[in-house]
Amino acid sequence: MSERPRSDHRVIASSRGLAHRFVYVGLVLTAFALMLLGKADALLMERFRAQVTDSLAPVLDVVSRPVASAGRLIESARELAALHEENERLRRDRARLLQWQDVARRLEAENKALKAQLKFVPPPAAGFVSARVVADTGGAFAHSLLINAGTGDGVRKGQAVVTGDGLVGRIAGVASRSARILLITDLNSRIPVLVEPSRIRAILAGDNSDRPRIIHTPPGAMISPGDRVVTSGHGGAFPAGLAVGHVTSVAEGVVVVEPFVERSRLEYVRVVDFGLTGILQVPSTPVPAAAATGSEAGQ
Amino acid sequence: MKRSVWLRLDTLARQLSPFALSLLLLVLHVVPLGVPGLPQVAPLLPLMAVYHWAIYRPDLMPPAAVFVIGLLQDALTGVPVGINAAVLLLVYGGVTAQRRFFVGKSFAVIWMSFAMVAAVAALASWLLAALYHVTLLDARPVLVQFLLTAAVYPALAWALVRWQQAFLKAE
Repeated sequence: MSERPRSDHRVIASSRGLAHRFVYVGLVLTAFALMLLGKADALLMERFRAQVTDSLAPVLDVVSRPVASAGRLIESARELAALHEENERLRRDRARLLQWQDVARRLEAENKALKAQLKFVPPPAAGFVSARVVADTGGAFAHSLLINAGTGDGVRKGQAVVTGDGLVGRIAGVASRSARILLITDLNSRIPVLVEPSRIRAILAGDNSDRPRIIHTPPGAMISPGDRVVTSGHGGAFPAGLAVGHVTSVAEGVVVVEPFVERSRLEYVRVVDFGLTGILQVPSTPVPAAAATGSEAGQ
Repeated sequence: MKRSVWLRLDTLARQLSPFALSLLLLVLHVVPLGVPGLPQVAPLLPLMAVYHWAIYRPDLMPPAAVFVIGLLQDALTGVPVGINAAVLLLVYGGVTAQRRFFVGKSFAVIWMSFAMVAAVAALASWLLAALYHVTLLDARPVLVQFLLTAAVYPALAWALVRWQQAFLKAE
């Protein structure tokens, strides 16, 4: 409309401006409203998230496959270079582990005999679902993974996710064919653990760094670097005895743990169903007071 | 008649491509690459896409599209829903308001501006996440992510400009 080309965009902007600005401001407000809503009703947002991930899961699955293959190729090339040292190391490991196998066999037999004498009730046998990691996301503010298995495959919220190395995290949200894993390093992750060998009960708290910390240790607890950390099974969310990591440093009451699981190497994980209902199920029961504490603990 | 339908479909596909490309970049942003430490600081590809299209073709990247991209990013990455939507809209609003500044500027200027925009975006998302969790969050990964994002931008901008020249030149 204007004859001056220099102010073209301004004219265009002002002609569409009002409606545009209205939409824009509305959307910004919606974004903030969603944040508040997510703070108020975390379950609702988790459902929304699950729906979105579910609809994008097939795409993620397809895209992540060639990427994973390329990664494997590079990895195998790198391994080829270090084959000799690797072999040497494995031979040493084998010699050491054979001794341990001996010890384990003896202990197993002894354990069995003692359990038979005590009429020990064994924990229920676990079933598991194997799934592929299709998205490793979160940036600086959240540590979570998406896997390509969901309720249709038997995955339920709150189940433990493990690999051969140890505990990865727990299922935080699940849809019909995808699920989100909250890693043990996430800010919201709180896991009841035992610090071996003293068997001190504590909580492993993620803080969005690669190394979670141990909090709520009893006063005078003796924890030293190198101690193994395993799940304690308290709270009923996880079974006891899953390997988590080892203590790397203890300084001024801050106990830092390095997880056994290497996040960058995760390709397939196992979602384990131990048949435990645990504290995570509490929010779904209509008891307001218990629901409040339950969701706190679940966070 | 038939031809005009195809033509219209063709035009539609071209016009949807900025949004579609941004979605593709979002998927690439979350794909596990198996590089240690990368997921925490992965360059923000959706942010780059929104910045690029806000400068060159805001008509093909309306605020609603930006909002959807942000929302999907929130849902996929597991950060509180709304944070990236708000941050991307903030970037979009800021860039479109200053569009006049970008006209005819060299790439170095565009890149520098992107670095500034990305810094503001990083700060804003850090603040929003900290407010949401009511904790002071570690700012180091945010800083590294910002640096990586700024460093990767020229490569993506080159590809997007190519795309623009190839498929969106008409008009």
